[in-house]
Amino acid sequence: MKQERIGVYVCHCGSNIAGTVDVGQLSSWAADALEKRGVVVARDYKFMCSSLGQELIKSDIVELSLTRVVVAACSPHLHEKTFRTACQQAGLNPYLMEMVSLREHVAWVHSDKALATQKAKALISGAVERVALHEPLDPISVPIEATTLVVGAGISGIQAALEIADAGQKVVLVEREPSIGGHMAQLDKTFPTLDCSACILTPKMVTVGSHPNINLLTWSEVEAVDGFVGQFTVTIRKKARYVREDVCTGCGICMEKCPSKLIDQVYEAGLGYRSAIYRPFPQAIPKYPVIDKANCIYFQRGKCKACQLFCPTTPNAIDFEQEDQILQLTVGNIILATGYDLFDARRIPQYGYGRLANVFSSLEFERLCNAAGPTEGKILLRDGVSQPESVGIIHCVGSRDRNYNNYCSAICCMQSLKFAHLVKERTGAKVTNFYIDIRTPYKDYDEFYQHVLQEKVEFVRGRVAEVTDAARRPGEEGKLIIQVEDTFIGKQRRIPVDMVILSAGIEPRHDSKEVSRKFGISCNGSGFFTELHPKLDPVATMSKGIFIAGCAQGPKDIPASVVQGAAAAARVLGTIQQKSLDLEPVLAQVIDQKCSGCRICSNLCPFNAIGFDLERQISTINPALCQGCGTCVSACPSHAISGTQFSTEQILAQLHGLLAESFNGNGARTQSPAFSQAELV
Amino acid sequence: METLNAEQLNFEPVVVGFTCNWCSYRAADLAGMSRAKYPANIRLVRFMCSGRLDPVFIMKALKGGADGVLITGCHPGECHYLEQNYKALKRFKLLRRMLSQFGYEPERVQLVWASAAEGTYLAHQISRVVEEIRALGPLHRASDTPSFELIGDAQLQEATV
Ligand SMILES: Cc1cc2nc3c(=O)[nH]c(=O)nc-3n(C[C@H](O)[C@H](O)[C@H](O)COP(=O)(O)OP(=O)(O)OC[C@H]3O[C@@H](n4cnc5c(N)ncnc54)[C@H](O)[C@@H]3O)c2cc1C
Ligand code: SF4
Ligand code: SF4
Ligand code: FES
Repeated sequence: MKQERIGVYVCHCGSNIAGTVDVGQLSSWAADALEKRGVVVARDYKFMCSSLGQELIKSDIVELSLTRVVVAACSPHLHEKTFRTACQQAGLNPYLMEMVSLREHVAWVHSDKALATQKAKALISGAVERVALHEPLDPISVPIEATTLVVGAGISGIQAALEIADAGQKVVLVEREPSIGGHMAQLDKTFPTLDCSACILTPKMVTVGSHPNINLLTWSEVEAVDGFVGQFTVTIRKKARYVREDVCTGCGICMEKCPSKLIDQVYEAGLGYRSAIYRPFPQAIPKYPVIDKANCIYFQRGKCKACQLFCPTTPNAIDFEQEDQILQLTVGNIILATGYDLFDARRIPQYGYGRLANVFSSLEFERLCNAAGPTEGKILLRDGVSQPESVGIIHCVGSRDRNYNNYCSAICCMQSLKFAHLVKERTGAKVTNFYIDIRTPYKDYDEFYQHVLQEKVEFVRGRVAEVTDAARRPGEEGKLIIQVEDTFIGKQRRIPVDMVILSAGIEPRHDSKEVSRKFGISCNGSGFFTELHPKLDPVATMSKGIFIAGCAQGPKDIPASVVQGAAAAARVLGTIQQKSLDLEPVLAQVIDQKCSGCRICSNLCPFNAIGFDLERQISTINPALCQGCGTCVSACPSHAISGTQFSTEQILAQLHGLLAESFNGNGARTQSPAFSQAELV
Repeated sequence: METLNAEQLNFEPVVVGFTCNWCSYRAADLAGMSRAKYPANIRLVRFMCSGRLDPVFIMKALKGGADGVLITGCHPGECHYLEQNYKALKRFKLLRRMLSQFGYEPERVQLVWASAAEGTYLAHQISRVVEEIRALGPLHRASDTPSFELIGDAQLQEATV
């Protein structure tokens, strides 16, 4: 083995280190005692990180042909980059430098100078042995494909797609429903300003539909994702619409003529009807309908084709022979904006949703209010004719509740206040809101609450125990009775109303865990996607090149969803602009000859970085996916995985150095360690 | 325990501490910045993640002269690499069982979770662990031949997966 030429640099950090550690003794000891281990120079200096300190190291690297450097100063979290750069500037590979944290881990935490100096020696000795085994590494540079995939075209996905497309870059926008728009397309008015949801959303949808940089794939789903940042290969299934997009004019005659009518559970939240050939709403983007095969009479019974008969286009736009298309695309970055599902209020049987006719869910109420909805915006009871004279709105349904979801759904308070206002404005009915706390942070939200208070909406604080139609007192007959403990007066109350609205919470998509697995990111316990950092990196994920936005990341309102969509787009544009990305070369590698093909490692990797080469029957690690945690290295029974910058040899060498020095001069210890460098190999 | 002999009386244990880059190493940094004091008997080694913890490292450390080992990492659920610290926890439990099977006090190997914000907490835990190991006395005596030689790498690996 060739002897390395190692330089050791001990920093005084003014008196920060020098006050507790005998730095002079340390450097002369290192030059002397560690000479046989390759140390050719050891210096101490007042401020190693200063430009003069760095110069000292740089000129030694050049003049003394150093091949390794140990800097004993502060924490690597502070100055590793500084000293790596210095080495690089002097022509030494930056990964051939190792730091010892003398300041944070020795000087600042110990008081006895002799003991602190002894410990410092042990640490330096460990670093010297370790650094000798370091290998030069180069950052892995991956080219960034400029096209971005956005999954989910609710408001946050739309925002992300538009930001990127407007910046001149290509976007593939995949939406599983026949139209883009997401939940926002179902809403009537939006708090706190009460703008009409469609009025602010539709223009954006139209822009998406006609944007030259957006390849819009609705009625489509991502089936598989391979590869890594810069070069993801995605497989997309474009489901057969049975309608030719190149000829359909979107006139809608087919939908009128289709004899198969069914309840629309998605867009109309179960309140309205649609036909088997449908588009969810008139302003749908794209305008082409889809045939829902399961409910199409022709597909089920072989006869009908009414749509085809009435379609006015030539050639006919209806094509029963159409098949699913499988597309394979390469994209550089991915943004997941798959949104949320509404909490299913049937899960709380005592609230009677699904059993008591006049208990409505929040989304049903949005459709009731909506001028384009099933009642043309009239707030009516389930019979479709009578107006309620009294309405109870229950907050936090399924949220902040140990039995369902512990978290706060963030939007229900404001949404309930919005409902109270709309009921008052449109029907003049008596409105009572049942709440646990009113949560109205953010701009103009509390002002909205104050406004609703002035409208004489009543507020009862207490969690509702039950909604029932069992009348017990005069005045309760034919009504829904809300049973609640009013916690202000400490009494049980029964409040009869005509209509109950349940402000159901926001839940992760039912398939969010599956989706997260497909894209190699993680979910929290509830199923919301996990961000890289909850405060400082809210739209990135642990998987490089995969970003998240909107309610898929956690409950939030429209402004926050838009902000995240734009933020994710900005992050993506940043990487596209760089054209390539440098990845840390600290990662695991399979030593082909040693791998037995047992595949124990592959299940342990949290990033699905470990694949299997069927031909050679060995595991392979994708350097762009590996984040270098090292778990597989310690798990491989054949010692077939090595880690750059964390190999077993390097760690054992460090331990050896550390322990060897722990006994020198420590009078208390008699026995010398049984652990010799020779054993390591 | 037998009565203390001279060797034990002025016994300064050597404890090797394994830290992960993201939480516990930063906790140690913060302990420094907060000037929280702990005994100089501990020597910290940095991994990227506690999931890198190989039982071989612990056994070699004990064999090589350490009197105890402290394993640290991010709190469960907070591992930078999602959940690798659960694997560390599993390995730790197996290792402890093995230690007692070989006749050594399992308390020589300890586990502490510390977030990057828990500098003072980590300092207290280090002090506690050092004192507990001091109380156990030296692992190696002149008369001892450490029986760790008995544990082959194969057995260690079983504990790893
Ligand atoms: C009753 C109610 C009233 C509300 N009122 C207001 C209000 O007044 N003001 C306000 O600010 N906020 C309001 N909100 C909140 C608002 O709905 C959300 O903040 C917003 O819609 C979130 O947008 P998003 O894009 O994150 O999700 P979504 O709107 O859920 O969009 C997600 C999209 O992704 C698609 N998708 C899902 N999974 C996949 C997949 N695997 N592949 C492809 N596509 C997929 C979905 O089909 C959908 O189109 C209200 C919410 C409710 C329930
Ligand atoms: S654990 Fe080791 S031997 Fe088994 S497949 Fe992975 S690399 Fe190969
Ligand atoms: S080091 Fe960690 S991230 Fe890299 S391949 Fe191994 S287990 Fe996966
Ligand atoms: S990163 Fe700290 S335990 Fe995994």
